[in-house]
Amino acid sequence: MGNEKRFDFERNIDGALADGQLRKNLRNAMDILVDKRKAVFTDAEDLEALRAAGNAIKRRALQNLPNLLEQLEANCTKNGIQVHWAEDTAQANDIFLDIMHKHDASAVVKGKSMVSEEMHLNRFLAQQGIDAVETDLGEFIIQLNGETPSHIIVPAIHKNKDEVATIFHEKLADTPYTENVDELTAIARKNLRERFSTAKVGLSGVNFAIAETGTLLLVENEGNGRMCTTAPDVHVAVMGLEKVVETLSDVPPLLRLLTGSATGQVITTYVNMITSPRKTHEKDGPKEVHLILLDNGRSEILADPELRQTLLCLRCGTCLNHCPVYVRIGGHAYGHVYPGPIGKILTPQMEGLDKAGTLVTASSLCGACGEVCPVKIPIPDLIRRLRNESYDEEGNAVVSGAGYKRNLAESMTWKGWELTNTTPMLNRWGTRMAGTMGKNLPKIGALKKWTCVRATPKIARCNLHDRALKEGVNHE
Amino acid sequence: MESKANPDPSNKVYFFGTCLVDAVYPDAGMASIRLIQSQGIEVLFPQDQGCCGQPAYNSGFVKEARAVARKQIRTFSEDYPIVVPSGSCAGMMKHHYPVLFAGCPEENAARRFAGRVYELFEYLVTVLKIKLTDKGDPMTVTWHSSCHALREMNVIQHAKALIEGLKNVTLVELQRETECCGFGGTFAVKQPAISAAMVKDKVEDIRKTGASTLLAGDCGCLMNIAGAMDHIGLPIEGKHLAEFLWERTHGK
Repeated sequence: MGNEKRFDFERNIDGALADGQLRKNLRNAMDILVDKRKAVFTDAEDLEALRAAGNAIKRRALQNLPNLLEQLEANCTKNGIQVHWAEDTAQANDIFLDIMHKHDASAVVKGKSMVSEEMHLNRFLAQQGIDAVETDLGEFIIQLNGETPSHIIVPAIHKNKDEVATIFHEKLADTPYTENVDELTAIARKNLRERFSTAKVGLSGVNFAIAETGTLLLVENEGNGRMCTTAPDVHVAVMGLEKVVETLSDVPPLLRLLTGSATGQVITTYVNMITSPRKTHEKDGPKEVHLILLDNGRSEILADPELRQTLLCLRCGTCLNHCPVYVRIGGHAYGHVYPGPIGKILTPQMEGLDKAGTLVTASSLCGACGEVCPVKIPIPDLIRRLRNESYDEEGNAVVSGAGYKRNLAESMTWKGWELTNTTPMLNRWGTRMAGTMGKNLPKIGALKKWTCVRATPKIARCNLHDRALKEGVNHE
Repeated sequence: MESKANPDPSNKVYFFGTCLVDAVYPDAGMASIRLIQSQGIEVLFPQDQGCCGQPAYNSGFVKEARAVARKQIRTFSEDYPIVVPSGSCAGMMKHHYPVLFAGCPEENAARRFAGRVYELFEYLVTVLKIKLTDKGDPMTVTWHSSCHALREMNVIQHAKALIEGLKNVTLVELQRETECCGFGGTFAVKQPAISAAMVKDKVEDIRKTGASTLLAGDCGCLMNIAGAMDHIGLPIEGKHLAEFLWERTHGK
């Protein structure tokens, strides 16, 4: 999916829009997630206060990020967690591979981790002959089907249960076809149990890393995360730099925002807090815990005071659930690891505008994402900022690949528009001309695209400027 | 939130017509002006006005947007409220002008300008406290909330209160009233397939209400949705709420 083929956003969009089953699955699932969120955040004022608190906590953490990361490293190390720094995904993969080799491990059980997706870890490990087993039910389903996640939180949300039934039946040996959800879950569980008990290494993501205590916090609902972090002898956690917070008391509001926004839960079934490997008097738990801290462009994003807000993200996915574009095209169409509104602003910053800048055109700037973001990331403003950087008219852009879209035709069009709207005579003449031509406006360019599904706008014979004059409205 | 400018003691307001009202929906513009005048307010329509700048601002052309915005700030120079028959253009002028001119010599002027901006229905309801007497026949309508009137200006309640105040008009709400219609300015032509899918769903939602008229407070949405209804020959009329209110209270 996506990255191996050349990214063709337009083709992806057309394919997704034409897939009736996908559209239906997405709409049903998003409606449920939107309603569940609404049901848990019932008081608008409380929610607003909570969002403001979440924003303040994350802002504070980002302001002090280098120090907090050093503090996190020091406290983790003190607790017996081995900390590794990776500048890019290649380094992160090498660090992980090294750990696998040291333990002579041929398989890893994985809890859900978007950073591991960012690393394309599964593909990398497969090339090294290592088996990476996704254990989150949604991830398990799509891995069987050779797909990547289509949503940050609910990776198989684009599939309905009939499709899951077919995948299990076709891809798992000796599995009869069943659409019974309990039976499907039992099939996955049976397959995974064996992997949990034999894998030497387990991998997980991190929702919050607490600098003050050296604790890694991980939320999940299936218990697979607990299995991955406790059953194997070695637990490796991977996280993006921005996941660190200062204190333990920072966590409760963020946790409430995360689970409420993501799945409409007051709290997840499992909240794992990992502060050390197995201690000498303990009978279970991993003997080694590693933490890989991944930068992969985050430091550059942090350097810009406006774009930095991208890093406030908790990865709750609620901006996807509320997005009128995402609900129609689904995650795969975006062609990159992070889809939806947050993906639109994060991906071009990580990969470069020249590679992924086209993503920022896929927004009507309706503002639904910004309205629900639990940490108040002004996503529409950042989309607009990246559109500016795509042309880099003023020559002060900071994102790599900026200015990739600069072209004479568009520049001239907007210059003409500027001239018309700052020269009243021209403006009046233009509107009158359009009014005279009426329905005979040539259907080329923008108007051609417009009229594919819409009637030609009816330009009035007498515009408002002239009407106001004629009907005696004062003008000064 | 900026504090609201006080209504001018001399009871004068500026009317900012917006480019779509100017070229495509002048009847909505005249109806807006008449509604304000009917409350004893003098309306000024500066003839040098143009676009608010939003199309360029949202498309990555800040320099051009700033030049056009500067022209509006200069044109609407007196300290009168500026009434706008569009939540989107009002949102641009009220919330984005200060950002657009941050660090520029006009920053203060932009802030003062922004403080004087009202969306039309917000102005009619909160400042003029307009009372309307419905003289029309019984009918059923539905209402589309523009994203920027809803999320930037936060003024939808005023438009809906005006509809609900008409005794012979039944308002049937859309199932997805707060979902974007797919207009999004240049989005409609930069991502035409997604935009088309969005407006198709919006039209279906409207059709299901059984209403004979779709009301909206933004001509961008209206041009998009009514254009899509027209294209498939759906006999539902799209109308700016100002024009509808004027007709219901004063006849066509």
